[in-house]
Amino acid sequence: MSEPGFTIIDDGAFADFEFEARGERIEELFANCARALFAALTDLESIKPELEIEFTVEGDSREDLLFAFLSELIFIKDTRKVFLGEFELKLESDNRLYCLTRGEPIDRQRHVIKTDVKAATYHKLKIHKVGNLFVTRVILDL
Amino acid sequence: MTMEKIRIDDYTWEIPRGAKPGMNVPARLIASKKIIEELDQGVVDQITNVACLPGIRRYALCMPDGHRGYGFPIGGVAAFGVDDGVISPGGIGFDINCGVRLIRTNLHEKEVASKLRELIDTIFKLVPSGVGSTGIVKLNDREFDRLMAEGAAWCRDKGYAWDSDIEFTEQRGTIPGADPQFVSAKARERGFDQVGTLGSGNHYLEIQKVEFDPDCERDVAEKMGIVEPGQITIMVHCGSRGFGHQIGTDYLQSFGAAMKKYGIQTNDRELACAPFKSPEGQAYYGAMACAANTAFANRQVITHRIREAFTSVFGRSAEELGMYLVYDVAHNIAKIEEYEIDGRRERLIVHRKGATRAFGPGSTDLPDKYKQVGQPVLVGGSMQTESYLLVGTAKAGELTFASTLHGAGRTMSRAAAMKKIHGARLREEMEKQGILIRTISLKGLAEEAGFAYKNVETVVSTVHNLGISRKVARLKPLANIKG
Repeated sequence: MSEPGFTIIDDGAFADFEFEARGERIEELFANCARALFAALTDLESIKPELEIEFTVEGDSREDLLFAFLSELIFIKDTRKVFLGEFELKLESDNRLYCLTRGEPIDRQRHVIKTDVKAATYHKLKIHKVGNLFVTRVILDL
Repeated sequence: MTMEKIRIDDYTWEIPRGAKPGMNVPARLIASKKIIEELDQGVVDQITNVACLPGIRRYALCMPDGHRGYGFPIGGVAAFGVDDGVISPGGIGFDINCGVRLIRTNLHEKEVASKLRELIDTIFKLVPSGVGSTGIVKLNDREFDRLMAEGAAWCRDKGYAWDSDIEFTEQRGTIPGADPQFVSAKARERGFDQVGTLGSGNHYLEIQKVEFDPDCERDVAEKMGIVEPGQITIMVHCGSRGFGHQIGTDYLQSFGAAMKKYGIQTNDRELACAPFKSPEGQAYYGAMACAANTAFANRQVITHRIREAFTSVFGRSAEELGMYLVYDVAHNIAKIEEYEIDGRRERLIVHRKGATRAFGPGSTDLPDKYKQVGQPVLVGGSMQTESYLLVGTAKAGELTFASTLHGAGRTMSRAAAMKKIHGARLREEMEKQGILIRTISLKGLAEEAGFAYKNVETVVSTVHNLGISRKVARLKPLANIKG
């Protein structure tokens, strides 16, 4: 599966979910990572923007920040029992990210349930600059 | 980088200490020739990274069901000195105390056949599964503290467990040292309403029938209450749910700073670790034990619900149906155990990530009933193929820190499996094979197709032939709830 901002890796981690994401800015890269996360759970286009949640996360490096961001989304998914599909991000400083996200409560009748995501991982997590794009590979534990 | 694998015997291969810079010990792969030939290079990279961790003893080991994971390979076993070694959340996995339990019954396939559909539908209603599900247990903060400190014992007090359930759970369902003060508010919030839920992915609840192949040790099976072909058993595979996942996440983050503080470097950030005796290492151990106990409680509450379902369908009590626990094993955990290293007994912190403890006869941790035969080992196959009941051996204590395999082991990514078959088609195929399937995620079922796993017979025969566990019974799926 290949969306404009991310590609799921078929020959990646066996028991997990591996994807590559891209973005011209760090915010775009992170938003595409978030979309890939929820694409593992359900069909992205089925998620309606019915509620809004704001949060900030911190991390010493960009990789730490990405790990903290994805971990927070997984936490919100589990505790609020929601699927999230829209992400507006602002890098407030090198180690602080603000996120406004929109989504809706999980509806098992309407949403296709693909799987669940337990956690983000640090395995091979590295953000590179390729030409004018930021690129990263992420493995999510399923 | 291709590394040379030296054949030690028919089922043991060694990657010498010098194969990668920084290795403190050799790596050993438990594998038949066929498994080693087909082995994914990712496993070799990952197990040799584990061999570089501080304080590791003898070898970094990978079991025959091993496959590429993150940090440790799945199937990885590593033991560290409690005084000079480390504890690593990546050596346990996010799903702390993911494990398997086996419940036996005195029912025969013939009695169940006509009621199988009703039975699996009833269990599917009583045991919530999949993303966003909540369990029947309602906990306030104080009760949750007790549950995480006491595990299965808490369930007995609340009427969810029989006395014999406690006896037949690894370490009696309570890992000592669980300390709720080391558990974050986030982990509590994520976990408090999930006790009694199955989870998702490869987690399942399966109704099975007993088979014996010629290698199976029938006298040992009998000791475990597995007496005849066609006997009905129930297998449950799940863990500590979001509670454990959050604890893993929390400590993976905080161990970044601990690594700097203690000057530890690893080849993969996912191998983040801290000295076991350090305040950070002890805090993680205290939190990990809380998650492990919660997982024992989770499988126990599910057992309670399964007993309710059988009672309602058959109109007989669970006691009358002989629904006793054969055993419950953890396969994602770190535990303190004693082994002989260079001629002296030493306390080690043994990490098993997708590997099962396999104590031989005489071990003090075993219930009296199993002291003579050894510990039951539960090996969950794919949902389309057989599972196995094995027994631990003294040889496992000598060769593999009393560890053996935990499942069939994947050979293909989930994404690749989904491309090969559609969930609805797989369900049809499985029903033709005589396996009923219930799931909230038909899409996810495709990821669990039998072809995405190694041949369970091959991996089980490897540990049987090496002698680190022995075959007791084969368990054929009749109905499966995929989480």
